[in-house]
Amino acid sequence: MFFLFPGSCLGMQDHEAPPRSIKKMKTKFKIRRFDPQKDQAPRFQEYELEVPQGATLLDCVNLIKWTQDGTLSYRMSCRSAICGSCAMKVNGHARLACKTQAKDVIKNNLVVLEPLGNMTVIKDLAVDLEPFWEKVEKVMPWLVNDEEVSPGVERLQSPEDFHKIDAASTCIMCASCFSDCCSEEVDKEYLGPTALAKAQRFVCDSRDKKQFERISKLSKEKGIWDCTHCGECSQRCPTDAKPLERIVELRNVALNSGVLNNNGARHAKAFVDSIAKSGRLNENELPVKSMGFFNIKGLLEILPVGIRMLIRGKNPPLIHHSIEDMDQVKKIFREFGEPK
Amino acid sequence: MKFAFYPGCVAQGAARELKASTEALAKKLGIELVPMPNATCCGAGVITEQNPVLSNTLNARTFAIAEKMGLDILNICGTCQGVMKKAQKELKESPKKLEEANKSMAGSGLEYRGKVKVRHLLNVLIEDIGADKLKSMVRRPLKDLRIGAFYGCYALRPGELSGLKDPDNPDEIENLVRALGGEPVDYPGRLRCCGFPYVMMSKRNALTMAGNHISAAKENGANCMVTPCPLCHLNLDPYQPESAKIVGKELNVPIFHLPQMVGLALGISPKELQLSKHIIRFKESLTQSR
Repeated sequence: MFFLFPGSCLGMQDHEAPPRSIKKMKTKFKIRRFDPQKDQAPRFQEYELEVPQGATLLDCVNLIKWTQDGTLSYRMSCRSAICGSCAMKVNGHARLACKTQAKDVIKNNLVVLEPLGNMTVIKDLAVDLEPFWEKVEKVMPWLVNDEEVSPGVERLQSPEDFHKIDAASTCIMCASCFSDCCSEEVDKEYLGPTALAKAQRFVCDSRDKKQFERISKLSKEKGIWDCTHCGECSQRCPTDAKPLERIVELRNVALNSGVLNNNGARHAKAFVDSIAKSGRLNENELPVKSMGFFNIKGLLEILPVGIRMLIRGKNPPLIHHSIEDMDQVKKIFREFGEPK
Repeated sequence: MKFAFYPGCVAQGAARELKASTEALAKKLGIELVPMPNATCCGAGVITEQNPVLSNTLNARTFAIAEKMGLDILNICGTCQGVMKKAQKELKESPKKLEEANKSMAGSGLEYRGKVKVRHLLNVLIEDIGADKLKSMVRRPLKDLRIGAFYGCYALRPGELSGLKDPDNPDEIENLVRALGGEPVDYPGRLRCCGFPYVMMSKRNALTMAGNHISAAKENGANCMVTPCPLCHLNLDPYQPESAKIVGKELNVPIFHLPQMVGLALGISPKELQLSKHIIRFKESLTQSR
């Protein structure tokens, strides 16, 4: 059977027994099909496949296409988790098909495959990646440094400095994070996790000369503060890029370089101040400080919920008490409290 | 069973009914809750944005307090649980960070040795008490309740820290609902974000999320929902009238805090569980004792 997929991951990761002794199990693959040019609406089509031992999910999809239904469309290329082409939703969550062992996702002899989310379907499991790429382009994904270097000399970087951008550099642009991003789902203008992880790679690059311009732009609407911090992106990321961690690093850069004139930065500052003062969160102060004292429109908007909670006796206590042993907490703040 | 009880800021502030219902449930289950009056906020994933060292150190201090008490920590907030588990992981993986944290506590009699376990009430109910025991204690089966579980991000992600068997497709809350005689309702959105973390920054988006999930639960037959995180509760309950307006649907779906749902089934009165504090109230027929 291996002749079907020369160079595939099959048999390369596990040193398994020869094909004849492969244990086979019959699995149902429920795949969402949709051809916008022909179909009124998407539908699920079921295939049955004896899944070879050690097969990746991509091996299985290839087998279905090559032996059962040539009309099935999806993207794939390298089969080695490098090109980032074969991401799809597996049992409801984005995964890279070639990096997924089929046996890990078969539940009750069933696997459900759907196209990535947050994008339009071109056909079956292939989605239109154009909006995804447009967002990546928006963050200026190239090094900006006009300083002259002598011919034959590269722009050098210490291993410590490289370590700061190493994680983001591993991104393979598979769009898994983008597909499952909760913020993207409700706001198509949001830059999204892939573009922001890519932005971190340049904001934190010791050779780049536009850090302040970059972080100022990223702090504006639809950027770093429009992430809801749900963690879907990092959970779905098949590499070390882990976008949420990169977004947190970008927020760290913003807060520490004084880009503070927005609700997100004000919220973070007010939160930390509250803990420094009393050891715990003062929920009455936080909304006012986050919105800004003179943001009358914003404050009026949250007034109804405040009144509602007051009527039910659900408002935070009006007198905010500090925790005990605040001297210990103050000592920790003296030592580590400055932005880092 | 005895725990160092860490209610978190919100259960001592805008969701005091969560703390009250936990205490009532603990009494029923014979769990002793020892207060931690000197514990700080966990940082909620916000302090780390300004200063990750500070965030880990504040949590190390909380862990050290529990270790001094000789007790494991009980959380009732999904966010506190997630943040603490992450801090524990980082302190375990970096002896340097642990040393820094302990150095800042020098002289206070506190030291974090990496021994304390951090547990969420959900995990304690499932692992320590068990669905069978809870089932045997049911006095008011939840048979007229069709309950949509809303897990909350920090209870699920990162999956490796969640303590759930299959964080991509969990059934722990649904199993609890079944054990208590209720009917769990599956719906798209049960594993997604409520939107609360950025309700101050991006209100419309945050409330669209909440509105979409509540409406999906309702459309799939839920007549109420339950969450193990009070931050989710804030976005799902007090803001629900705004969410309904934004998604253009009538919602009116009451939301349980986890211990309220369990407590009700075990025969604790709605009054003691402070169900009346919710903005969207339960119909009396659904919660009255029988």
